[in-house]
Amino acid sequence: MGLQVENLSVTLGGKPILRKLALAAGEARFVGLVGPNGAGKTTLMRAIAGLIPFEGQVRLGGQALDAMASRQRARAIAYLAQGAESHWPLETRRLVALGRLPHLEPFRRPSRADEDAISRAMVLADIEIFSGRDVQSLSGGERARVLLARALAVEAGLLLVDEPVAALDPYHQIRIMEVLRAYADQGRIVIAVMHDLSLASRFCDQLVLLDEGRVMATGTPDEVLTPDNLKSVYRIRAISGGTGDERFVLPVARADNARND
Amino acid sequence: MNLPLTRGMIVNLLLTGAVAMLFLASVYIGRGGVLLTSNFSEIGKIDPDLAALVLREVRLPRALLGLLVGATLGLSGACLQGLLRNPLAEPGIIGASSGAALGAVIVFYSGMSASIAFLLPIGGIVGALVALGALYALAGRNPSIVTLILAGVAISAFAGALTSLALNLSPSPYAALEIVFWMLGSLSDRSMDQVWFVLPFMALGWLLMASTARALDALSLGEETAATLGFDGASLKLRAITGIGLSVGAAVSVTGVIGFVGLVVPHLMRPFVGHEPGRLLLPSALAGAALVLAADLIVRLPATNGPEPKLGVITSLIGAPFFLWLILRTRRESM
Repeated sequence: MGLQVENLSVTLGGKPILRKLALAAGEARFVGLVGPNGAGKTTLMRAIAGLIPFEGQVRLGGQALDAMASRQRARAIAYLAQGAESHWPLETRRLVALGRLPHLEPFRRPSRADEDAISRAMVLADIEIFSGRDVQSLSGGERARVLLARALAVEAGLLLVDEPVAALDPYHQIRIMEVLRAYADQGRIVIAVMHDLSLASRFCDQLVLLDEGRVMATGTPDEVLTPDNLKSVYRIRAISGGTGDERFVLPVARADNARND
Repeated sequence: MNLPLTRGMIVNLLLTGAVAMLFLASVYIGRGGVLLTSNFSEIGKIDPDLAALVLREVRLPRALLGLLVGATLGLSGACLQGLLRNPLAEPGIIGASSGAALGAVIVFYSGMSASIAFLLPIGGIVGALVALGALYALAGRNPSIVTLILAGVAISAFAGALTSLALNLSPSPYAALEIVFWMLGSLSDRSMDQVWFVLPFMALGWLLMASTARALDALSLGEETAATLGFDGASLKLRAITGIGLSVGAAVSVTGVIGFVGLVVPHLMRPFVGHEPGRLLLPSALAGAALVLAADLIVRLPATNGPEPKLGVITSLIGAPFFLWLILRTRRESM
């Protein structure tokens, strides 16, 4: 079943951002959404999350998104915005518990099942050690993991994360990618907007390369991050190498500098 | 195991006890700290019916209004702070109270309230709703602290100017004086009828605000994340704003502006509920009631024959420096 996106178009302020885009992802897949700034990556995430109106078809588990009630959709799709923050100094477990809001019955406290889901999310994100601390007292990298745990606690079939490793140090970047990988391995779909091509090629099963609102390439990281694609879409030249867990893609020069300088 | 929850319940129980005691004290302690019993035993000897009448028509409305208005202000402050994700929001500071005062003054001034007393709370409610609508239009979707306060200042100033204009053009100096004294904010000399007039509006407003609790929790993570958790932002804002408008508008139309309660109370309660905006609502309502009842006891204690200090004046005297301290602290934290 998984996720099917067909003919997806989004226009914002009269400007077409996504043009008849198509995309498919099976279960237990970690999909990296890559492409230059302004390619429409965040817009695609926001459209799938139901935050902006779109034309076309988005189906999850065979069901059209427009046909879902908001509560049902909230249980099926979890979304972690770029640079997510907590406005109040909530205790970490209470913050993670917010991910269970779509599951709570009106006027009822969280059930045993909700508490278990919260604990699972905290274990997966490895943040139990922060229990009892207020989230604003944590470092940026620690806080990112707590906010990710909030999204994990929804236990949605589809998790959308927008630039989850931006502004984190290498240790925390790898830590976050490991958590997302583990979540996908539970049989769920993870779609992450990525700028770090090395991390994307190392952790993702599938990459989708966007440019100007269209899918330019999709497939395994090796199929997508070819020198030709990097040159035509990213306008860079990169050194790549390594295998498996040690793969890297290192941008070294602009591919259009001869013309521009 | 779930420690903050039990702590929250203990806080609510203690506050309920405090409200009950203060309510009884408000009924039993009169001006100059004279106890009802000592006073009443003498009146009661002469005329028991008179004693019952004083209790029912003088003491009880004052205590009931303290309870209702305090709960309204505390709850509205907590709801508004959760909605705007900003600890400096308060019905008075953002202009809702001055809007309500203007609405009530217009009704009062036009003489409509003389024929239909029910119109006074309606005027207050409409005024509060218009002020809140203007705030949203001025400050936008995700207002910064500065934008919010400045928009509130502008709305308050404009509503205040229109109120002054009404006073300015008032044909009778006595009517103007009456309005001025009413606007200072007080619970004294109110009637049971006024309690019944405002109660339905307040109760409806409270229900609307209570219905936002979970959405306010979700809003801790921002409007977009709240939307992906299944909470419709437009519906939330409508319920919160209407709830605040109904209850604060009704409160102000009867007691005048009692400022800063909605600012101070949620701030004091927040650490007891782990800063969760949804769980802050109930303790803020209770603590608001306790604070207003306590403040109203204090203003009636001095045994003078002159005018009693107005409740709204006292809360502002304490609240304004607190507000300043809060701004300085918020600024220090954001630096």
